[in-house]
Amino acid sequence: MKDVSFGQFYPVNSFVHRLDPRLKIVFLIAYIVAIFLATNFYELAACALVLLLIVFFARIPIGKVLRAVRGVTFLVLFTTALNLLFYKGDTVYWEWGIFCVSFEGIIFSVFLALRLVLLVVCSSMLTYTTTPVSLTDGVESLLTPLKWIRIPVHALALVMSIALRMIPVLMDETSRIKNAQMARGADFESGNIIKRVKATIPILVPLLLSALRRADELGDAMDARCYTGGDHRTKYKKLRFTWRDLVAFLLGAALIAGVVLMRIYLPASY
Amino acid sequence: MKAIEFADVSFRYEEEGPFAVRHLNFSVEEGEFVAVLGHNGSGKSTLARLANGLLTPDEGQIRVLGTLLGDKNLYDVRRNVGVVFQNPDNQTVATIVEDDVAFGAENVGLAREEIGRRIDFALKAVGMEEYRTSTVARLSGGQKQRVAIAGVLALKPKIIILDESTAMLDPRGRREIVDVVTRLNQEEGITVLLITHFLEEALLADRAVVMNRGELVMEGTPRAVFARKEELLTYNLALPRIGVICERLRAGGMNVADTLDAEVLAKEIAQCVS
Repeated sequence: MKDVSFGQFYPVNSFVHRLDPRLKIVFLIAYIVAIFLATNFYELAACALVLLLIVFFARIPIGKVLRAVRGVTFLVLFTTALNLLFYKGDTVYWEWGIFCVSFEGIIFSVFLALRLVLLVVCSSMLTYTTTPVSLTDGVESLLTPLKWIRIPVHALALVMSIALRMIPVLMDETSRIKNAQMARGADFESGNIIKRVKATIPILVPLLLSALRRADELGDAMDARCYTGGDHRTKYKKLRFTWRDLVAFLLGAALIAGVVLMRIYLPASY
Repeated sequence: MKAIEFADVSFRYEEEGPFAVRHLNFSVEEGEFVAVLGHNGSGKSTLARLANGLLTPDEGQIRVLGTLLGDKNLYDVRRNVGVVFQNPDNQTVATIVEDDVAFGAENVGLAREEIGRRIDFALKAVGMEEYRTSTVARLSGGQKQRVAIAGVLALKPKIIILDESTAMLDPRGRREIVDVVTRLNQEEGITVLLITHFLEEALLADRAVVMNRGELVMEGTPRAVFARKEELLTYNLALPRIGVICERLRAGGMNVADTLDAEVLAKEIAQCVS
């Protein structure tokens, strides 16, 4: 339970860590678009290379990166298996009923699996290199235009940062409740899937109750510290666009342009 | 001037329900360190919530630094009355220590440089300056609670209320907190209202009051209050073991000073024996 590295900040002081969070968020979106635009292995390899460079400059240990991937192993294997068995290709190697494995199917499923892995790694790179506070500051700043149509951007950003802050607290709470229920003889390990899902109810109900109680207390504590919404607030940490951001911006723009150009000038094949 | 003044205050959480606080008359002088003692349900936490306007009294009046508490001035009152609550996990809003300390100062719209100075001051006052960029979740209970105190201090309040802030801590964490607030009281001149059910924490206070079922039942210097053991027991408050040991030693003829501090007692005994 403790070992959830997806969405956790990895504290080192690197080039990527010091980038403006707004830039990182925009870049992440652009990168995801690039991954989806990529239709052949060259383009995907170009994306992967860029990501490797980012990992290198962010000084995140490769083990940490792999751990983020491990969290979605099941999903990747599952989709790969489905694609492998159901893709209707021309060069068929094996066929049984509705299942068929073809050369094109293998290529396609490997391609999709790689795409998925890149997707997970690039998203976790954002959270590895950005503290929750600057992440929410970035989101708040990027969503500022929405204030014009009266969407409470500040409140949304605060909700997001509190949610991130509460993750470790609620994790601890979950394992505590789980232990307490096991001490009373609850069984979470055996039985079929329906039985196991049902077995989580005695965990979820107390967890929800305690989360509500915490929310209530947190509200009081925020009131006591003069919180009255976002109107008259100042910010201690201001987001600043620096030369680093400019460099990263140019590199990012070059990558996206590159993928788009490859897409236009190279034939769409594997 | 009186820091906090309750005049005939009554409050109940539900209509027709029992009174949590009943016709309470109580005041704290500016610069004073007052310990409020009481068993669960004695109304001591309600007292804290009334004093900074989280709850509004059904009857009576509350004045803070001479200002009558009303809907319009809650914000100003809260700038002067900081409250530290029981559970450290439920009062930090940010993941990083300095961001959480900054929260209150940001709320009242201070300038960036001033917030920076306030963080320096607050973290130094609670002895946590080296944890400025640490993750709150990785700190010990006592450290988390010190960060919570720093978060309140960043607003430079004149009064700090600790609402059972030591209840969830281990003995060491409790000691850290009591040390910090004692120092704040003596060095910064901050009025402290320490609400607790651990009698030994009241030892350093200027005055101790005991609450029971929403009423103020005992008042005096901590020593004078602790001396009335039988009466304390009727309010479900027991003298800590150190106090009992101390008393028996004295009854046995050893000339030790009356204390609730284990280390002080150890020194006293060492002196008597040598």
